[in-house]
Parts: sequence; structure tokens; C-alpha cells
Amino acid sequence: MSTITTPAAVHHEPTVSAPAPHQASFLSTYVFSKDHKVIGLQFLFSTLVWFLIGGLLALAVRWQIAWPWSDVPVLGKLFAQEGGQMAPEFYTMLFTMHATVMIFLVIIPILAGAFGNFLIPLMIGADDMAFPTLNMLSYWFMWPAFIAFGASFFVEGGAASSGWTSYPTLSTNIASSPGAGWGQTLWLLGLTMVGVSSMLGSVNYMTTIILMRAPGMTMFRLPMTIWAMFITAVLQAFALPVLTAAGFMQLADRTLGTGFFSPEGNIVNNWMQATGGGQPLLWQHLFWFYSHPAVYIMILPAMGMVSDILTTFARKPLFGYRPMVYSIAGIAGLGFIVWGHHMFMSGMNPALGITFMVSTMMIALPSAVKTFNWLGTIWGGRVQFTTAMLFSLSFVSMFIIGGLSGIFMAATPVDIFIHDTYFIVAHFHYVLFAGTAMGVFSGIYYWFPKMFGRTMNEFWGKVHFFLTFLFMNGTFFTMHILGAVGFPRRLADAYHYETFHHLQPLNAFMTWCAIGMVATQAIFAANFFWSMFFGPIAGRNPWRSNTLEWTAPSPPGHGNFDFQPVVHRGPYEYSVPGVEKDHLMQTDPPNAAATAALAAAH
Amino acid sequence: MPVNRLAGILWSLLFLAVPVLGVATFAVAPAFDIWLPADVSEHGKAIDGLFYFILALTGVVFVGTEIALFWFLWKYDAAKATGPATYVHGNHTLEVVWTIIPAATLLFLAIYQMNTWADVKMRRPPMSPSVEVVARQFEWRLRYPGRDGTLGTPDDLFLVNDLHVPVDEDFLVQLKSMDVLHSFFLPNLRIKQDAVPGMKIPVWFKATETGQFDIVCAELCGWGHYKMKGRVTIESREDFDRWLESQYAKQEATQPEPDPATAVASN
Repeated sequence: MSTITTPAAVHHEPTVSAPAPHQASFLSTYVFSKDHKVIGLQFLFSTLVWFLIGGLLALAVRWQIAWPWSDVPVLGKLFAQEGGQMAPEFYTMLFTMHATVMIFLVIIPILAGAFGNFLIPLMIGADDMAFPTLNMLSYWFMWPAFIAFGASFFVEGGAASSGWTSYPTLSTNIASSPGAGWGQTLWLLGLTMVGVSSMLGSVNYMTTIILMRAPGMTMFRLPMTIWAMFITAVLQAFALPVLTAAGFMQLADRTLGTGFFSPEGNIVNNWMQATGGGQPLLWQHLFWFYSHPAVYIMILPAMGMVSDILTTFARKPLFGYRPMVYSIAGIAGLGFIVWGHHMFMSGMNPALGITFMVSTMMIALPSAVKTFNWLGTIWGGRVQFTTAMLFSLSFVSMFIIGGLSGIFMAATPVDIFIHDTYFIVAHFHYVLFAGTAMGVFSGIYYWFPKMFGRTMNEFWGKVHFFLTFLFMNGTFFTMHILGAVGFPRRLADAYHYETFHHLQPLNAFMTWCAIGMVATQAIFAANFFWSMFFGPIAGRNPWRSNTLEWTAPSPPGHGNFDFQPVVHRGPYEYSVPGVEKDHLMQTDPPNAAATAALAAAH
Repeated sequence: MPVNRLAGILWSLLFLAVPVLGVATFAVAPAFDIWLPADVSEHGKAIDGLFYFILALTGVVFVGTEIALFWFLWKYDAAKATGPATYVHGNHTLEVVWTIIPAATLLFLAIYQMNTWADVKMRRPPMSPSVEVVARQFEWRLRYPGRDGTLGTPDDLFLVNDLHVPVDEDFLVQLKSMDVLHSFFLPNLRIKQDAVPGMKIPVWFKATETGQFDIVCAELCGWGHYKMKGRVTIESREDFDRWLESQYAKQEATQPEPDPATAVASN
């Protein structure tokens, strides 16, 4: 053990980069890099670009809902067939691709790909991932997906337009809609590639977390971010093969003439499916068997990151560490037996609906436990309102809304009325945008110093937070009452219905808020790129946090640590009585006062 | 007042605005008629009652947790609270309490609603179908059993998008789809059921008031999904019979021998 440098001595060293073990070319350093940090940043930049594209698609959708058939400003000339107004099939394509881009090219890869890659080795004290080449491939397998989804906009008939759920027979019968030709085939290929990428990441994360933890880093000393990433990786590994298989079955239905998902003699728009004998509901079961766990893949990592950020800026240990771990595991376990709640109205046996209703009600429980523990963490703390903290607090505040609104849909009789209305649109935007995206912003502001060695501007960060928070609620909260009227989703124009004709002004208000929300992100982009080059130098541990990544240089060099980290305690020892500074890092040497305080606290 | 404390106050108030404006939105919406449309079905009362019950329950939890969040931010602002943070890793009793109470509530909710679900989707009235609704891109094809009261016989009555229903009687729809998925959504009758190619799905309700209402397609069915609109007319038994007779007369005038095999491609 004599080779181990004591961490305390290293913390205040002003060294900025670790010694590079070998000279590497530009190509192998920045493009085909096997360094988990570079791969993480590659994921981050790619997903942020798609985030912008997905946001613009959403604006186009909102434009049509607020002012149907009116000329689209600026962009109208680019895509419109006649004049500047959009055709209904174009609108159908827009919301299909908005959801596809946001889910498969933004949320899943930004959480697991960007944050998972960047943080896992740093937070467990490893020099890299277990399989660096596999890791590199997991990023480069995203490119065929980027190309497939991106190119599908330009093929004949346009991109996929059967919804992101791709329900047969709309998706399998190539005459069902203009986007059901090449667009849908490219969509399936893109989806498969995203799956390959996720699977490569997943096995890598599991192996790394299990085998490569630093000495002393027991499983129950892992930060919540890593627990969340670990359980997410397990979810991916078990759920993804089903989606991939289902995707190939649909591809075969479309191109090889099989009939997994079409009944005998199915005719759409005068085009008869060659073979039949299949079941449209089979796709829904297979799709949701992956895509419901995927809902948790899309939020668990954000929950983990928020838990870490809340403790840092409340200067307080996480309330209920073990219950927090168990509740993530509970969500993951129950997540496999609730998929049928997407299918209450699908024609599935209503008796089966009751089973799924009960399991769905029960999955609200671990989410409630997590919320109470976050509140318990803030209670008695010393709250510092940094930008990262504000975004994390808004995650908690908004997740409460998204969690509670889910109970309405879980109640099967109520779901009869609100299924496929704006109530569900409100629900998943509260979970995925007001929840996960806030967690992602929080994570970016928090770990930016570790990624680039500089901190982001706090003033503009807070302006970004305030405006996003305001516009986000203006856009999404109003969707609840729209859903209460029964306003259906995916309608290019609903105002010719007597029930919905009076809702245009509300929709116009929401669209203005959505425009404001997207425009606000310019502040974020400017702050991000400006700070990358001109922000104040951060140093190793600008937030006085406890976890291992803050002992490494900012940014960490190849191999991450310039000493061998040895872990002596859990990640949340803030404000320990009898200890002079208000935080004890995981690598700080054993401290008698801290040991006594910990013993007294239990 | 130090700048930091002022900032802390403002941020806390922003989080207080969430429950205040959230409740206000729901309170004000009905005044603008942005609320549940009038219910004209027998089972709708149970559905709406459950909606209001869950709204009240989640409303209390929403306001309670959001105000707790505001209060903690206000009180434990580092610019206000002095001394170190409370050094605590959790509380076993609290964890048990806030696990068991929501678990019991959710389980109660799950059991409480089962009967309504069974009424609407499982306890099918013992009768033959009043009408067959066949969805296709982008219309609702209706087929009433003719004078013989049996579907699939040569005297069936064929209509499009114009559903008529007698008030205060059980009404059983046999729902089918010719091409892709559709969803038979009657907002005022609190009915929604997907139509699936290859399946016959029964849908039933009892209308309690007369009037004309919307039929909406609620499952994406292609580019014309938005215009797949029908109307349901709920009328007295006498009016319904009179309407039925007039439709027969019309059909017989234009189409002497309707052949079910060609008139509607049945799956």
C-alpha cells in the first residue's frame, strides 16, 4: 500500500492534468476515443443537438394545434406543400418524430450515454470502463440511428407517421399512410441501432460497477447516481431484447411478407397484407414490455443525480439512503409487470386490466417514498440556491405533479375517459420534461466544472432556470384541464368537434409558452459554450462535494485519478458534528470525530 | 436584508407559486367551461365520482408536499438558518409510516374502483348487439339489425357516422375495424374502446339524457385521424323507432336488396 498517495495531500495540488501514458493522434483522442469521458461528451453533444431538433419539431406540432391550417412562419416555405400551411400527414409525422427523437435520441442516450459514461468510472474510482472498445462502439452505433432517423425525413412519403408506438396495422401496412413506406422501415432500423447502442452500454456499466470499484467502495457506499445507473443498466439488459425482437418481427411483416401483427386478409387503403393470422395486440404487448421499463430508464438516472445534487446543496446527508436504493430496485422490479396499463382500452381482456391496475397503483409507492426522502433531505439542511440546486428542486416539485397525475390513468374507470387525451400528454411531459430534463440541466450545471474545468455562469443559469420553469408550467400544466375536457392527442384539428371547439385560445396560450420555452434555451446554449472557454476555472471540487469524481483533476486526464482513491465512508457525510469543514469526502482519511458522530447518529 | 436572503425568499416563493397556481388553475377552469363535458350515461357518474375523488386525494398530497418543500426552502435557506445542518441519515419510523400510509391508500383505491371497471367493461348485458360499428379510414360505418333484430341478415340497415341511440335503454355495440386501429370515443357517454382489426369487441352503455353529441376517434389511424368524426343522437324510444323506419324507407328506395357480403367487408 506504500504506492498509494494519501488523498488529502493530493486535493490541494494545483495540477490540472494527469500524466498522459502515451501519445495519441487527434482521431483516436477526440473521434474514435475509448476514453469514457470523451465518449460521454460525444453522447452529450450529439444528444443536445437532437434535443434542439426535437424541440423545434414540438414547436411545429404546437403551431398546428394553436392555429390549424394557418401559414407556418419562416419554416413553412421549407416543408409546406402549398402556401405555407402544413398537411395533416405532415402533422402526423411531426408528432411521431418529436417523440421518437426525444425518447430514443435524447433522453435515453443523454442519461445513460452521456452522464452514465462520464460519471460511472469517476464516481466509483475506476480509471475507465471495463470494456473501452465496446464503449466506443456504443457511441458509434448511435450514428446509423442518427442517419436512419435523420434521412427518413427526406425519403418519399416522409418519416414514420404511425406514432412513436408504431402500432400495427398502421405501421405494418405500407399503404396505410404516406410515412408507412420507407419512413417506417428506416424508423425500425434506427430503433434497432439505438437498442444495440444501449445494450453495449448496459453490459459495460454493469460489469464496471460490479468489478471496478475503488478499494473500500462497497455497494452501499455508492452514490445514488451510480445505483440508479446500475439498476437502469439491468433494466436495459432484460427489457431491450424483447423490443429488438419485436422490431425485427415488424420489419419482417413489412419487408418479408410475414404476418405476426396482421389478421388474415387485412386491407388498408386498398392494399392487402400478403399474409395474416397475426394479432395487432401482440405488438402492443411486446412494445410495452420494453417501453414501460424504458419509462424508468428515462427517469431513474435523473432521480439518482438529483439525490446527489440535493445533498450537496442542502449540506446534509441523504435522508434514508437504503430506502432510496430499495425504492429504485422496487420501481425496476414492478416496472416489468405494469406494461398492460398502456393497453386498458386496447381490447385486451378487461380482467387482465384489473391485474395491471393493481400493480400500477403499487408502483406509485416507491416513487412516493423517494419524494418523502428528498423532502427529508432538504429538511434541516442549509440550502444553497445554486442553479444546479434550483433545477434539482424543480425536479422534485414537478415530479410530484407527474407522479400524482399518473394515479388518474392507473384508475381504469377514469382512464376510460382520459386515455389518449391531453391528460396523459400532461402526465408524461411532467415526468419526462419537467422531471428528467430538469434533472439533466441540473446535472449539466453541476458536473460542467468536472467536464470542462470551468464553471457555468450562475446569473444566466438562474435566468435560464426561471424562464424555463415559468414557460414549462404554462405549457404543460394547462394540458391537465385540456385533458379533463377529453381533448384527444394526435389530432391535427379538433375544433370542428362541438366538445372541443372553444379550446383554441387556451391552446394558443400554451403554444406561446412553448415558443418562450424553446427560445429560453438559447440562454443555456450561449452560457454553455461561453463558459466552456471563458468561465472561471473551477478547481477540483468547486461545490465542496463528497464523491470521488471531485478528488480528480478538472477535467480529469486519461486514466482519471492522479492517485489511487481509497474509500473510507459513504458519499453523504455533510455537516458532520465535530468535524471542522462541513463535508467529509469519501477519500478523506478516517476521522475519530466522524466515526463517533456516525455511531451516535445510528 | 442581505442579497442572498432576498434571493432565498424569492426562490422559495417561486416554489410556493406551484401549489397556489396549480390549485387556482383547476378552480378557475370550470368557469371557462374547460372541464369534464356533460355526462349523459348511467355509468358516467361513477367514473366522474372517481375522478373527483382522486382529484381531491392527489390535491391534498400535492398541496401538502409542495408547501412542505416551500417551507423547508424558506426555513433552511443557508442565508437565514444559522449553525450547521442537522446531521441525520434518516428515520426508520418515518420510513415505515410513509410507506404504509400510501400503500394502504393506493390499495384501497385499487380495490374501490374495481366494481366500476367491471360494470363498464366486464358485465356485459345479456342481449344481442343493438348495432355493429365498423371503423375504417376515416369513418364510422354503422349496421343496425333490420326488422328481424338480427345482425348479418339481408334486411340490415347501413349508415355512416350517424349513430342513433334510444334513451334509458341498455345499448350494446359490436365494435370492429376494417383496416387499422381506431378508438370509439364518446366523451359525453364516458365510453372509449379501441377497434382492432380481427377482433369483435362489445361496448355497452345506457344513455340517460337526449341530445346530440360527438363521436371522436381517439387512436391514431392515419393522416385523416382528426376528421374521423361522427355524431350520436340520443332520443326517446318513439323518436328512435320513427327515425329507424324513415331510414329503412330511404334504404329500400335506393338499394332494394342490400347484400351484406358486399355492402360491408366484414372481418
